[in-house]
Amino acid sequence: MPKYTFILNGERVHVDCPADVRVLWVIRDLLNVHGPKYGCGLDVCKACTSHINGEGFNPCSVKISDIKPEDEITTIEGLAATVKGDLHPMQEAWLEMDVAQCGYCQPGQIMAAVAKVKQAKAEGRKIGEKDFDEIRNICRCGTYHRIREAITSGAKKM
Amino acid sequence: MQALPEGEITMTDTLPESPPTGTSRRRFLGYVLAGPTLVAASQLVAETADPTPAAAGPLPTGPEPSDLYDLGDLQVLAAMPTSNQITVEVHKDDTVSFSLPRAEVGQGITTSFAMLIADEMDINIDRVKVDLSKARPELMFNQLTGGSNSTRSLYTPVRRAAATARKRLVDTAAEQWGVAASTLSVVDGVIHSRKGHKASYGSLTEAASASRPLPMMAELKAANKLKIVGKPHNRIDAHDIVTGKKVFAMDLEVPNALPTMVCRPPTIKGKVKRVRNRAAVLKMPGITDVVAISTGVAVRGKTFGQCIDAVRALKVTWEDGPIGRKSDKDIIAELKKNEIPLIVPNASPLAKTLDAEFTFMFASNSPLETGSAIADVRAKSAQIWSCLKAPIVAQQAIANLLKLPLDSVTVNVVQGGGSFGRHLFHDTAIEAAEISMKLKKPVKLMWHRTDDFRQGRVHPMSTARIRATYVPGEVLTFEQRHTSVSTSFGHGFGDLITSYAGTLPGFNFLGLAETVFELTANVSYEYGVTTQLLNEVDMDFITGSMRNIYSPDVCTAQELVTDRLGEAMGMDPYQFRNEFLKDDRSKAVLDMAAKVGKWGKKMPHGTAQGIGFHSEYKGVCAALVEIDCRPQTVKRQVDDAYTGPRVTNVTFVVDVGLPINPRGLEAQMMGGIMDGIATTLTASLHLEDGHFLEGSWDDYYYTRQWNVPPKLKIIVMPPTSNQPGGAGEFGVAAAKAAVACAYTRATGKMPTKFPINHDDPLGFVPLPTTPSIPQSPTNGLSKKF
Repeated sequence: MPKYTFILNGERVHVDCPADVRVLWVIRDLLNVHGPKYGCGLDVCKACTSHINGEGFNPCSVKISDIKPEDEITTIEGLAATVKGDLHPMQEAWLEMDVAQCGYCQPGQIMAAVAKVKQAKAEGRKIGEKDFDEIRNICRCGTYHRIREAITSGAKKM
Repeated sequence: MQALPEGEITMTDTLPESPPTGTSRRRFLGYVLAGPTLVAASQLVAETADPTPAAAGPLPTGPEPSDLYDLGDLQVLAAMPTSNQITVEVHKDDTVSFSLPRAEVGQGITTSFAMLIADEMDINIDRVKVDLSKARPELMFNQLTGGSNSTRSLYTPVRRAAATARKRLVDTAAEQWGVAASTLSVVDGVIHSRKGHKASYGSLTEAASASRPLPMMAELKAANKLKIVGKPHNRIDAHDIVTGKKVFAMDLEVPNALPTMVCRPPTIKGKVKRVRNRAAVLKMPGITDVVAISTGVAVRGKTFGQCIDAVRALKVTWEDGPIGRKSDKDIIAELKKNEIPLIVPNASPLAKTLDAEFTFMFASNSPLETGSAIADVRAKSAQIWSCLKAPIVAQQAIANLLKLPLDSVTVNVVQGGGSFGRHLFHDTAIEAAEISMKLKKPVKLMWHRTDDFRQGRVHPMSTARIRATYVPGEVLTFEQRHTSVSTSFGHGFGDLITSYAGTLPGFNFLGLAETVFELTANVSYEYGVTTQLLNEVDMDFITGSMRNIYSPDVCTAQELVTDRLGEAMGMDPYQFRNEFLKDDRSKAVLDMAAKVGKWGKKMPHGTAQGIGFHSEYKGVCAALVEIDCRPQTVKRQVDDAYTGPRVTNVTFVVDVGLPINPRGLEAQMMGGIMDGIATTLTASLHLEDGHFLEGSWDDYYYTRQWNVPPKLKIIVMPPTSNQPGGAGEFGVAAAKAAVACAYTRATGKMPTKFPINHDDPLGFVPLPTTPSIPQSPTNGLSKKF
């Protein structure tokens, strides 16, 4: 069985599995890191959104063989460690607005929000309606409005 | 009684009836239960219906059953005999714990019950630990989550248990210090005397415990002494959620419970005839087991990814299910055939008649977390973990399947990633038990997204017909006939209703669904002689109600007709409702919505406001929405998105009697609004050739960010009662109706089928039914952002 290695939340990890197993299952089933959630496995619901080398991506739709040893994958569990302080400003904003309901989509929502804000900042603009339209994450509880408020608030502190 | 940890106390409160009115109602007899530490329980509670007579007027509408006594009252009544088994426990580490016999699925009840306990006991909320109770058969009908009833049925029992615990601890301190209990004060779980003694709850819990049940009089705090209840509070699990620590069923690590999925039939309820390549699939990487079960073919493997591969590789010969190869149009025809005729009323010869008919298509109540359960079935016992709103019923069904005594089956209730009606049923839990039994191995069963839409429960298709007669200024008659594919309520709800409906004064049991309908449907307006009837047609679908049973469809039909009646009488939707609503409390939320939402403001052509009003669960609410149906909006391009008419502004006003946590209540209304927008404008299932076409969130158009109203304001009215009403499902109906009414006003055309886009050309290519589930993409890295 092929062996793969990459950096997950700051630590080097090793797995032994077939090449086509998607990264979501490597993270959840083989490495027991459960922050990224399954909602479809089709790159549609975005519940598994995490970061690869600082950019947003959906591990349900990436084969483990496409991950390089130097790749750094960050899940919600590792987000706070990417900044100073106990929590990332986006997590703080989420608490401030009491965004979550059931909480199942929220790790993905927060990871998508951070990536989206970074993208907007890199393009030298403020987060707005157009960016919200590009956030595809499903929240079946429908707390979308608080998500928008938290992203707007968190962006100011990033 | 649950075993108590060594060296800790527990309390309870019980029986004699408290005086019926006034502040004296706060006094009650509590009980300290026997145990090494303090356990306090609640007494039997008998506060239920608070009948409000219909307002007098020229054509008063006689009260409908649900005006006097609603479904929630029935649930409160059914929970009462066991409410003395609701306990809080005081631990030596100064924490207080409560095992909530309900399911938390996002509605925020762990938070609101922690608030109630913290307030009653004068303890910091961080010290209150709320978990979900495993199935406790002795609780009978008091471990059922549904009908937006948890707060209504547990509000008093939980407060009484907490108040009993506090009283016992204070009395214990007073005795130890030789001072009068009335001279002591409590600050954050520490009791202080005027002489300078102090002791924490935890330090007193052993001394406060009892060797046998000990009755004691206690008193609930007066409303004006409550510091936490009624004020906005954040969720107690918010930090765990934002850091990824909150645990759902699939995050549990049960030894050797390997990922398991099921290959399901191409038609609804189809059955396995033969598995043609079991041996080959067993040889696939990571796969440990392949076994036929009553709902399909289960595969177990090292990762869910490998299970997906195996499910897709299976070659199965199927037998069609009972729906056969039917499509939407066949079901509509069947409903039409079964519609109860409307009466031609014998009203004034001057009266005009208004008839309307609407069809509501199948909708999916699938949460984001798909069906999930872990089962570890052994020879003489079994353990189950799943999100279950009726865990006692699940325990009975699973014990029955496994041929094990009830007490050998432990059913653990895990918090759910949403529910919307799904978790009233134990479909996934019993399936996991069946697989584990057959394999003699633990399994971690997860439904695929596509199956969750196609083979999971659906909110039934229905038609709503209304006939109203009126003369200028008065509505003389209002008849509503609801005809629906039959709704399954699950045995938990079903047994509760059949056991207790017979006890309602003057109420004849009509059959389960009809009883639920009678106890939930109402008309909020003075519409003269009013009748509402339900007829259900059993077509063997796998159904369940979606967030709010019949009301959103019933209310939407009613509110659209209400606008037409207003038009016929020359009144605008606000004026007409203000004139015809039955009571001042209803008018107050309507007026607030109209004022804050600026009813009647000038709107560009192609856009409009709409109002929806709904009354249920001892509450009233009103929604005022603005919709934009202009071509540039309807045809707005967002990549891979269904856009359509956009709700641009929502003002929602809610009065639930006594709001416990306004911030949580606001969240529930927000969710209800998003549901209402979805089922009016975008979200439905299409039945074709015996299966539903939708198989992903890009097919089933639940509200997404691009559909979310940019402006949204929710107003929680100040308390109008000393009892909390229901919240979880309450927001949907008024929002759904308001969107439908606004759409009608913006386009000048009243839709008769919902959602309005159902008959448009499909906006997606349906996934195949064989293989039953799609493969995950591999191009994720090309879509980094």
